[in-house]
Amino acid sequence: MLGTLYKRKMVPYSRRMHKILTPLLALTLLATACGSDTVVAPTDDAETTAASADNGLGELAATIHNGACVEDSGNAVTIYSGRSEDLVQPVLDAFECATGISTSVKYGDPTELAFALEQEGDRTPADIFLSKSPGAVGFLSNEGLLAPLSDEVLGLVDTQNSAADGEWVGVTGRKRVLVYNVDAVAEADLPTSVFELTEAEYSGRVALPVNNGSFLDWFTVFRATEGDDVATQWLADMANNDPIITESNRPTVDAVGRGEFDFGLVNHYYNFQEIEAIGEDHRALNHDFATDDIGSLLIITAAAKTASSANPESAEQLISYLLSAEAQTYFTQETLEYPLADGVAAADVLPALDQGINDFDVDFDSLGDGLQRTVEIIEASGING
Amino acid sequence: MTGRTHAPLPLRAASVLVAAILGLPAIYLIVRNFTEGSDPGGLLLSRRVLDPLWRTMQLAVLVSLSAAIIGTSTAWLTTRTDIPLKRTLRTLLPLPLVYPTFIGAAALVRTLNPGGIVNDALTGIGIDRTPQLDGLLGAWLVLTLFTYPYVHLPVAARMTTLPGSIEQSALLLGDSALTVFRRIVLPQVARSITAGTLLVFLYTISDFGAVSILRYDTLTRAIDTNLGVFNEAVALALSLILLLLAGIVVAAERNVHRSTPDQPPARSLMTATAPLGRWRLPAFGGIVFLLLNALGAPMLALIEWSVRGLERSAAGGRSLTVTGGDVIEVTGNTFGVSLLSAIAAVLAVLPIAILVGRYRTRIGTVGHAVVISTFALPGILIALAARFWVLDSPDIIFNALNDSRFLLIFGYVIRFAALAMGTTLLAVHAVPPRLRDAAHTLGADGRRRLRSIDIPIMTPGLLAASGLVLLSTMKELPITLILAPIGFQTLATKIFGSFSESFVAEAGLMALVLVALSFIAAWFLIVRNHEAR
Repeated sequence: MLGTLYKRKMVPYSRRMHKILTPLLALTLLATACGSDTVVAPTDDAETTAASADNGLGELAATIHNGACVEDSGNAVTIYSGRSEDLVQPVLDAFECATGISTSVKYGDPTELAFALEQEGDRTPADIFLSKSPGAVGFLSNEGLLAPLSDEVLGLVDTQNSAADGEWVGVTGRKRVLVYNVDAVAEADLPTSVFELTEAEYSGRVALPVNNGSFLDWFTVFRATEGDDVATQWLADMANNDPIITESNRPTVDAVGRGEFDFGLVNHYYNFQEIEAIGEDHRALNHDFATDDIGSLLIITAAAKTASSANPESAEQLISYLLSAEAQTYFTQETLEYPLADGVAAADVLPALDQGINDFDVDFDSLGDGLQRTVEIIEASGING
Repeated sequence: MTGRTHAPLPLRAASVLVAAILGLPAIYLIVRNFTEGSDPGGLLLSRRVLDPLWRTMQLAVLVSLSAAIIGTSTAWLTTRTDIPLKRTLRTLLPLPLVYPTFIGAAALVRTLNPGGIVNDALTGIGIDRTPQLDGLLGAWLVLTLFTYPYVHLPVAARMTTLPGSIEQSALLLGDSALTVFRRIVLPQVARSITAGTLLVFLYTISDFGAVSILRYDTLTRAIDTNLGVFNEAVALALSLILLLLAGIVVAAERNVHRSTPDQPPARSLMTATAPLGRWRLPAFGGIVFLLLNALGAPMLALIEWSVRGLERSAAGGRSLTVTGGDVIEVTGNTFGVSLLSAIAAVLAVLPIAILVGRYRTRIGTVGHAVVISTFALPGILIALAARFWVLDSPDIIFNALNDSRFLLIFGYVIRFAALAMGTTLLAVHAVPPRLRDAAHTLGADGRRRLRSIDIPIMTPGLLAASGLVLLSTMKELPITLILAPIGFQTLATKIFGSFSESFVAEAGLMALVLVALSFIAAWFLIVRNHEAR
C-alpha cells in the first residue's frame, strides 16, 4: 500500500518540479555568477590578477596578501569572533595563506560569545576572542580567562589602545558621531557638543541605542572622563528630552536615513556602510562633535588570547597579523574603520582624528568593571521607559 | 477518541522520555534561578517587570486575535470556496512564516515607513497618512503578518479532511457561503483554530527580532538586554516569569479545548465548494492585499538591497563579500539540519500524539502541555540550557555532544516540537479506529497494522507537520548562533552577520535564497502533499 502511494506521487512530482526548480536554479546561477564575478573581475592591475590566481584567494583577501601561499604548517587556531564574517574573513584567509596556519571560526554576538567562553572555561576550544567593543574582553579579563599578550604585539599600538595588564589589544577604531537626516537638519544648526542634545530644540528628535554595547562602552568612558555626576545628569536630561530608544546602531542609522527621526547617537562606521550599500537615497550623514568633546570618542574593537589556548604562539601570530600594515590598510580602506597600528593612515573618506582625541587618555580597563555600574545608572535613569 | 484506557507500556515510556527531554529548559530555568540567587518573586512585583509583562500581554492578545481571524479566513477561502488561483494562493500563504523576524521586520519597515519605496510612492499619489510602523501598533501589525500561517496551516489541513456532504446539503437548501461557514465549518475546525492561535500567542511572547526593530519593550527584549550586559540572574528570573505565563495560557487553552466538540474527521473524496458569488473577487483581492504586505513588502526591500549591491559591484565598487560557493554551502547546511530536525520533531511528538489521540492518560495530557509551553521560551534560553547541561556532563557525553550537529538539531527539536504537535494529532485522528479494530479481528498483528493501516494513512499528515518545523528551523537564529559547531553557518546566521554590520546587499541576497528554498519546501510538504490525498 505504501508502495502504491509512493508511485502515485512520484509522477506528478517530477513533472512539476520543473516549475519550481527552474527559478531556483536561475537564482543559484545568478548568485554563483555574482560570486565568481568577485573572483575573476577583470582589473587593470595585471599583477594583482596574476597574484590572486596564484594563491587562490578571493579579491578582498588578495588585496591583503598578494604572494604565493606558504605550505600548511599543521598549526591551527580557533577563533570566537564577535566581529562579522564580512569584515574579518578576508583577513583570516590572507593569514592562512601567508602563514600556513589554518583557522576555524565561530561568528556571533560578542557578548554571547564571551558568555559562552566563560561557561566553557577550560573546556573552550577558543584560542582567540575578537570583539566589537572593549566591554566583552573586559568581562573575560575580569573572569581570568585571558592570557597576557607579548610586548611585541602590544607595542604595535599606542599604549592607551591596549589593556594595562596586556590581556587585550585594540585592532581598529569606530568613532562616536551624531548621524543626522540631511533633509530635516541644516548643516549650520548642528551641535558642537553632545551636551547640547539635552536642549529643548532636540526634544523628541534624538535616537539613542542605550542598551547596545557601543553605547554602554562609550557611556562608561564618559563617566570615567567627566565624572559620574556629570554623566548621570546628562543621561537624566536626555531621558527628560523624549528620546527614541533604539536597539542598535544599524536600525538607528537606517531610520535616520529614511527620515523617521532626525538624529542618532551612533558609531561612524554604519552610515558609511549604508551609503556604500544604497547610495544617495540614504539621506543621512555623520556629524562630528568638537574633537575634544566626549561625543567624539573612539571606541576600539579588540583582540585577545585565551588563558586555556593550546596554540598560544599561533594565536599571537594571528593577532599581530591583524595589526600588520596590510590588514590594517584593508580594515580602513574596505571596511572604513580607523586603523590603530602605528604608521597606517586612515582612509581618505574618514574625517581626520585630531590629536585632541588622544588627549582623553582613556583608561579602557575601567570598562570591564565599570560596565555593570553603567547598566545600573541607565536602569535608574528610567530612560528605558 | 476511543474509550480504551490501557496504553502500551513502550508508548507511555517513550512519551515520558520525550516530555522529560523537552522539559529540560524549564528545569534549567528553575535550577539556575535557585543557584544564581535570582529573585523572580521579588522582580515580579517591581515596575521594571510589570510594565514589560503588561505590554507583552497586550501584544500577544492582539496578535492572537488578528492572526486567528486572518488565518481561519484564508484557510477556508483557499480550501472550500471557488476563489480564483487556489493552488497558487495555497503555496504562497504559508510563506511569510519564513522571514527571520530580525530582517523581515526591518525590510517591512524599510518599505512601508517614511522614506520607504511604497511610502514614497503613496505620498507621490497624494496618500500621506499611512500608519507609522512602530510601538504597539507596529509590532501588532508586523507580527500578525508573520504569524497568521500558524493558524492558516492547521486549519487548512483540518478543512481538507472534513466531509463535504452536510455543507453540500446546506448549500442546496439555499444557505449562503458565509452561513455555511459559520454554522457548519467553523464548529468543526474550532479545535484547530484554538491550537493554532495558541502557537501564535506563544510565538509572540518569545519573539525578539520584530519587537526590537519596532521599539516595543516586551519581556523578551528585557531578557536580551540583561543577557547583553552579563546580568544573567535577572534574565533567568524574567524567563521563568515568561514560562509561567506560557503555562497558564496553555492550561487555559486545554479548558477551551475540552469544551469544543470533537468530531472524528473523515477522509472524504468529495469536498464541498462554496460559491462566493459577488464576494469572489473582493475575497481574492483581500488575500492578494494580505500577501502584498506580508510577503511582497519585505521582499521588495530585500530586492532593493540586493540589486543595489549587484549594481555597485558591477560598476567597480566594493565587491560582495559572499560568493556563490558560500551561498550553496550554507544553503546545503541549512536544508540538511532543518530536514533532520523536522523528521526528529515529528518522531518525538508522535508517541504523545498517539497517547492523546487514542487513549485517555495523564501522561499524554502532561506531555502535550510540556511540548506546547516550551514554544514560549525564546530560542536563546533553550540554547543556553542545552549548553549548560552539556558542559556540566561527564567527558564521554561532553565529547560526543559538544560542538556537534546533533546538539544543534536537539536544540531545534526542543524549540519547534510544539509546531509538529497539532498536525500530528490530526494525522493520528485520521486513522479510523474501526479499521484498526477490523484488522485486529482479522488477525493482523501490531506490526502489520502499523505497516498497512497507520503509516499509509498518517503519512500525509506527518509530512505536513514536518513542513511547519522545517520552515521554522530554516530561519532560526539564536539557537544556531550558540549551538552550531565551529565553522558551521546557516543562511540565518550569515544573514544576521551581514545585516547587523550594514552589509545589506549580502543579507538581502541570502534572504531571497531563504525565501526561494522555503517556497519549494512549502509546496512539496504542505500544498502538494494535501492534494495527493
